[in-house]
Amino acid sequence: MSTIEVDAPGLLTTVQDLGREGYGPMGISPSGAADAVSLRVGNRLVGNAEGAAALEMTLVGGAFLFPQGAVIALSGSDFGATLDGAAVGLWASVQVQPGQTLRLGATRSGARCYLCVAGGIAVEPLLGSASTHVLSGLGGFEGRALRRGDVLRIGPGAGPFQKRGIDAKALERLSPRKVLRVTAGPQSDWFPEPSQHAFYGGAYRVAEESNRMGLRLDGAPIAAESGREMITEGVPLGAVQVPAGGQPIILFVEQQTTGGYPKIANVICADLHSVGQLRPRDEIRFERIEFETARSLLREQETLLASEKLIRE
Amino acid sequence: MRSRAAGLARFQPASDQSLLVYFGETITPEARECVLKLLRLLESEPIRGVRNLHPAYSSLLIKFDALTLRHDELQATLRDYLGRLDSVQLPPPRLVEIPVCYGGEFGPDLQQVAELHHVTPEWAIEAHASATYTVCFLGFAPGFAYLAGLPDALATPRLGTPRRRVPAGSVGIAGHQTGVYPFSTPGGWRLIGQTPLKMFRTDRPGMCLLAIGDRVRFAPISHEQFAALESA
Repeated sequence: MSTIEVDAPGLLTTVQDLGREGYGPMGISPSGAADAVSLRVGNRLVGNAEGAAALEMTLVGGAFLFPQGAVIALSGSDFGATLDGAAVGLWASVQVQPGQTLRLGATRSGARCYLCVAGGIAVEPLLGSASTHVLSGLGGFEGRALRRGDVLRIGPGAGPFQKRGIDAKALERLSPRKVLRVTAGPQSDWFPEPSQHAFYGGAYRVAEESNRMGLRLDGAPIAAESGREMITEGVPLGAVQVPAGGQPIILFVEQQTTGGYPKIANVICADLHSVGQLRPRDEIRFERIEFETARSLLREQETLLASEKLIRE
Repeated sequence: MRSRAAGLARFQPASDQSLLVYFGETITPEARECVLKLLRLLESEPIRGVRNLHPAYSSLLIKFDALTLRHDELQATLRDYLGRLDSVQLPPPRLVEIPVCYGGEFGPDLQQVAELHHVTPEWAIEAHASATYTVCFLGFAPGFAYLAGLPDALATPRLGTPRRRVPAGSVGIAGHQTGVYPFSTPGGWRLIGQTPLKMFRTDRPGMCLLAIGDRVRFAPISHEQFAALESA
């Protein structure tokens, strides 16, 4: 059995796949990769099923020793990776020789970089998924972020090394956006015109205290009409909720499953992976679109991801 | 004939991959029953493309695969389900007893809750432990059950400033709700006691101690009983 030894864990490195969907009645949110597009593409580059478990690194990457070697690919943001000192590019399969160490540093672009390994990261699945739910300490590797000295097992089924890369045009079309497209939230009409204007007209900065549960935003405060009584209800992934203070919060992959704040908008499916690449202090804007447009954008993205031409061999 | 439940229901797209079904704009036992029945019906006869369900007090959020299902298609299918809600038979609810050590370091807000209501802590404990509660839904965090049925005499607003860390097993009050924190998390509910039981554990079927629709009673225990149960 091949392994990965964690020499340095990085800031927050966790095992993630596409999450555990279907446990809302137990209060469990899906978790899973913050940038699912990068995870899916990275897995395809190493010949895995696109939902195989990989390592998600956040802002600062770690150092990983491969005693038996492996076939890997890095996807998402550029963390300045080197393999025994030689630079390693993103979005391509790489043969790691036995005893080589992969080192990553601080991000040079977005918030997250994925280390995908042929065979996947092998952990005991919880409710059908390998993903870590950091805030409740469930799933993944012992329910927590990796630490120095951890030894991860690589799953079986890795084929021989095959050189694979990504189509440059496709990569461009999948690149993360800073203008997030949203549809109207279920309480959108609770927010009067000045708040709508502030929300869609202004820029918001991602606050430091943002995580996989939610991204707090700083910008023009917005407010629902007074006298509205909100009853706690189910909240969708990407919901933009507005607490009493008026600074919006985007609910993300480790979100609470229900909530009692009104929601002005919701990030569309096709832009959720962009949220996963937002760093603290990034400036974003919101653009409102219709549900029909959101559906077409998702269909376009999925067509691109499913396309034979996405991966070059 | 259209059932009453179907008449109550209102649809609201929540995102490009989810739809909310509201049963009225207030929390009523009837709305809660509709949520539970629709949940059970969707669990026993899943709709193709539906990926997740988030029940709450008087609504159900339905998440679906936006590539294979549209809001209007889902609504059309749901109208049929809603028309059949009256025929859904719910099994008699389970009764779960939760032992609680009230007050002291386990319930740092008990004294204040009692004072706010001009009663003694003993009276507040007796009131909390003599009521039967209903699990409206699980939400917020894995295994966190929202319990209805708190006596009016104990209804207390949340803390002005939430605690940064609430110990797992803490029993809290917020407004007319009571509940038990499954994990050590931040929280703003007023803490009146703690249970040694694990509300969520991965090594048992269902994982959560409580499920939607359950009835719950709290039983006061001593420090010694708490210690014994905790190590059991």
